[in-house]
Amino acid sequence: MLIKQLSIFLENKKGRFTEIAKILGAAGINMTAFTVAENSDFGILRLLVSDPEKARDILKEYRYAVTMTDVVCLQCPDEPGALGKAMEIITEAGIFIEYMYAFTSGKGALIVLRPDNLEKCVDVLSKNKLILLAASEFYKL
Amino acid sequence: MIWNETIECMERKDMRKLQEIRLKKTIERVYHNCEPYRKRMQEAGITPGDINSLEDITKLPFTSKKDLRDYYPFNLLSSPMSEIVRLHASSGTTGKPIVVGYTRNDLNIWNEVGARCFTAYGLGKNDVVQVSYGYGLFTGGLGAHGAVETIGGTVIPMSSGNTEKQIMLMHDFGAVALACTPSYALFLADILKESGIPREEFKLRVGAFGAEPWTEAMRIEIQEKLGIKAYDIYGLTEIIGPGVGYECECQNGTHLCEDHFYPEIIDPETGEVLPEGSMGELVFTTITKEGMPLVRFRTRDLTSLNYEKCSCGRTAVRMGRILGRSDDMLIIRGVNVFPSQVESVICEIPELEPHYMLIVDRINNLDIFEVQVEVKEDFYSDEMNRMLQLKKRIQHRLQGVLGINPDVKLVEPRSLERSQGKAKRVIDKRSFKS
Repeated sequence: MLIKQLSIFLENKKGRFTEIAKILGAAGINMTAFTVAENSDFGILRLLVSDPEKARDILKEYRYAVTMTDVVCLQCPDEPGALGKAMEIITEAGIFIEYMYAFTSGKGALIVLRPDNLEKCVDVLSKNKLILLAASEFYKL
Repeated sequence: MIWNETIECMERKDMRKLQEIRLKKTIERVYHNCEPYRKRMQEAGITPGDINSLEDITKLPFTSKKDLRDYYPFNLLSSPMSEIVRLHASSGTTGKPIVVGYTRNDLNIWNEVGARCFTAYGLGKNDVVQVSYGYGLFTGGLGAHGAVETIGGTVIPMSSGNTEKQIMLMHDFGAVALACTPSYALFLADILKESGIPREEFKLRVGAFGAEPWTEAMRIEIQEKLGIKAYDIYGLTEIIGPGVGYECECQNGTHLCEDHFYPEIIDPETGEVLPEGSMGELVFTTITKEGMPLVRFRTRDLTSLNYEKCSCGRTAVRMGRILGRSDDMLIIRGVNVFPSQVESVICEIPELEPHYMLIVDRINNLDIFEVQVEVKEDFYSDEMNRMLQLKKRIQHRLQGVLGINPDVKLVEPRSLERSQGKAKRVIDKRSFKS
């Protein structure tokens, strides 16, 4: 149920993301989703790809600061109120979300979550019959 | 106006005579009262009896900033602590400051030379002077304070910071003069403009600026923005503080109080005294101080001396603008910063690689100081908060050691130059040569 996300430290400089996209493209790695957290002088690029280990190794060769973080991916119907319901369950279980981002695909709305307690989050969501995307499925997106 | 015409306008040969007598006395004093000086002279095989003229000064070894650190806190004093009435200190390289002790008489000398400065700026007993140098261990605040009281002026002991109040009191108390760093003066100029109070409601007409190098362009800007005459006040904590030198109304060089501080210009490489008018490193010997006289103290400031009589009538030697340093010390917002201080902090923080780059610039006449550091690979986090906390922690440590707050910039791994022999660690984009 846990999906490996790459986090890359980037200085706010022209062309940094371009280079990463080109490196991954040349290696045949597909980007499924990403988000950038930024401040005035640096950003953290959070990236979900088709082959996280390979992507990490290649980026490290290029001397990027890459860390790997476990996240969960919640699949929820692309309709009003669906996300609110899921979030309510998480909140009531006392789980804090460090950050989250969302994208859509053929499988409806996909929400990437980084909770402070991964195990508990997976547990609570499964018990409430919410669909978590398995890693094997996710990397094929 | 001249505070002490006898001295400031003294014939050069008489001045040399006076300096000679005082130099001999000082050498006697340090030899008999200060062990490090005695040992050094003994090592050089000289006694006070060998110093009979000003030329003989070259026989004496130099004193460096490092000596002041090595003999921290009181080993360079030539007076017992019972005679010391005040201590001042400036920032040092490794957290230990440089300490200077003053006797009652030293404070009198300081007031005397300070009085010469403020009188030369055209100020007197009817004038209100706002002292916006920092008060405390730093010599700026109390030095200017004593000088203004000595000429009988009215001091507003404002210290630095609290800008809105600075403007309010300057207005309400009718300050005619402002004493602060030149960059703070420009900052105040902008705030004054924003305040919306019409310029004619201020009585300000003179500024005494120092504690950091400034250019002629900066003078013009200050004069235009504040509508005042801007004068240089020169000083070093080690020598006495502000008052070592001052500009007169001609604004053509900084007159040195050479009856108290004997200047030489040397080749920073060989240590040889250079011919009159040459550019080189300024060296001072304090020839009247009791608490902590310094013999041939190397200031590391690069400048030249002009012995021609000034059109103001003074014969006191004039120092040109300071064009740089013969060591790696930076003066940022009036504070002395050594790259080695930054290095020591960075090496103490486990999350950081031991590489760094200092970028210094002056934007809108305020010094910008950026420290670039690399985080070790294992310590990168994907949480913004943690990275920002790390950044804050580095900033806090640097501020504790340096005394000024730098902008810390985390950069990508291996993006800073690795030392291959001597790596360039400082980029100073400011220019003081205009």
